[in-house]
Amino acid sequence: MRSANRPLSPHLQIYRWQLTSVLSILHRAAGVVLSAGAILLVWWLVAAASGPDAYNGVADFLGSWLGILLLFGWTLSLFYHLCNGIRHLVWDTGHGLDLKSTYVGGWLVVGGTAALTLIAWIAGIASWAS
Amino acid sequence: MAVTPLRSPLGRAIGLGSAKEGVEHWWLQRITAVALVPLSLWFVIAIIRLVGADSDSVRDWVGNPLPATMLVLLLIATFYHASLGLQVVIEDYIHAELTKLGLVIIVRLGCVALAVAGMFAVLSMAVGTSS
Repeated sequence: MRSANRPLSPHLQIYRWQLTSVLSILHRAAGVVLSAGAILLVWWLVAAASGPDAYNGVADFLGSWLGILLLFGWTLSLFYHLCNGIRHLVWDTGHGLDLKSTYVGGWLVVGGTAALTLIAWIAGIASWAS
Repeated sequence: MAVTPLRSPLGRAIGLGSAKEGVEHWWLQRITAVALVPLSLWFVIAIIRLVGADSDSVRDWVGNPLPATMLVLLLIATFYHASLGLQVVIEDYIHAELTKLGLVIIVRLGCVALAVAGMFAVLSMAVGTSS
């Protein structure tokens, strides 16, 4: 039997994805996105401290389509990393590590992320309109 | 049957493995994570309330003691947590030692620089010394 054609594990092209592994890699991806987003936070604060011209430049960028897209991605990443981070903290206490709990917790995280992102953007649009 | 400890009493007391490093990285990642739960939720709510605000309103808001304190804490916890997390990502995916070391140093220094810049901006608005 030839061993050269054996699939490597995990072989991503034929790997059957599961909720648990997808959420795991998304946690890391969201963390990297949030690190990049933290630069935006510093840029906003430094611009506000620098004066109206600098601040208006940031405000115009954040109000553009690209800015709103980045803010939406940042909010989604934040709420996902927050919810899944709490799931990780529960695991750190030794609870919820059985197969059923990891799936229940995983779906709770997906639902919580969607709900919090939606609430934040509805509240944000309401605040902008008022 | 008596278990013979493989480590010396001193080694057990110090609690460091062969990496000469204890649980600081893991522990600080968790402490900053716990801090970021209320800090990030507060920040999102604060930003929602500030949507559409002009430069002066933002400066007035940052100048209050509570927002100024919360923003400084947010900056410290965020960049500490980011620095630890990005370090693990780099260590997992970059296997060339020199590149790995260089990237870890850049991330660490970059996080410190950004945190200091952010904190200086907050404090300058809070004590009103900037233009």
